[in-house]
Amino acid sequence: MAVNPALQGRVFPPVPAYLVGREKIREFARAVLSDSPINFDLDAAHAAGYRDLVAPPTFPIVVQERTLAQLLAEPDAGIDFSRVVHGEQRFTYSRPIVAGDELTAALTVASIKSLGGHTMVTAVSEISDSAGSHVVTATSTLVVRGEES
Amino acid sequence: MRTSISLGDEIPAVEFRLTRDTLVRYAGASGDFNPIHYRDDVASSVGLPGVLAHGMLTMGVAVQSTVRWIGDPGRILDYQTRFTRPVVVDPDSGATISVAGKVAQVDDESGTARVDLTVTYNGETVLGKAQVQVRLVSA
Repeated sequence: MAVNPALQGRVFPPVPAYLVGREKIREFARAVLSDSPINFDLDAAHAAGYRDLVAPPTFPIVVQERTLAQLLAEPDAGIDFSRVVHGEQRFTYSRPIVAGDELTAALTVASIKSLGGHTMVTAVSEISDSAGSHVVTATSTLVVRGEES
Repeated sequence: MRTSISLGDEIPAVEFRLTRDTLVRYAGASGDFNPIHYRDDVASSVGLPGVLAHGMLTMGVAVQSTVRWIGDPGRILDYQTRFTRPVVVDPDSGATISVAGKVAQVDDESGTARVDLTVTYNGETVLGKAQVQVRLVSA
């Protein structure tokens, strides 16, 4: 199975809205060993000027993952999940994610490149709020290892 | 809340200990249930030296030193990295990752600074080009 080069440029439909919960932010913050009161304590978040608890910087992966699942499930993608390694990751914010946000995300396959028998798939997921405003762009580069390696 | 950030400032070095419990907790919180992050038999069957930490766990933990230093997770504007080496988490002793950081760029015009992180495990770098863009003053 080889990655289908025609995937480049493909745009996927937005995933169903994800409602960011306060306890989910606390759960994720504990999981990444955060000790920031702004992740856990409503008074601290308010004092810092936020409407509600702020999510840790890598929290968007939870929403982005739903878009990556669409890509991996695409019938003609040719991506063998057991050969996928996470190569690179980036989050670019317009504003922080806070509890109560209703987020949706749409994935575009930005590029497909072959390198030394491996294929690098760069997927860009644009995450926006219920008003349609951009919140964060999550970019993943997946390395699909070649059959020989 | 840190209000002054200058070129060359060093972020206090922090060590984070990851155990198998940490991996299970992260799997649940993130929804990434790939068994190579909690089952030795699956990890060895695909040729890995042991159960690995999720790359996203290492990335998520590493930025916490910067969050602590600036005092506000909402001031992180951009965060990127490459996953260059796996972190093997021993069932008994776990794995300790060390995170150091330095302010490599300050842009007063855009009101941002760039912190470069050095993240090591067993003396080897595990994250490449780990860069955090932060807002200079709190919003």
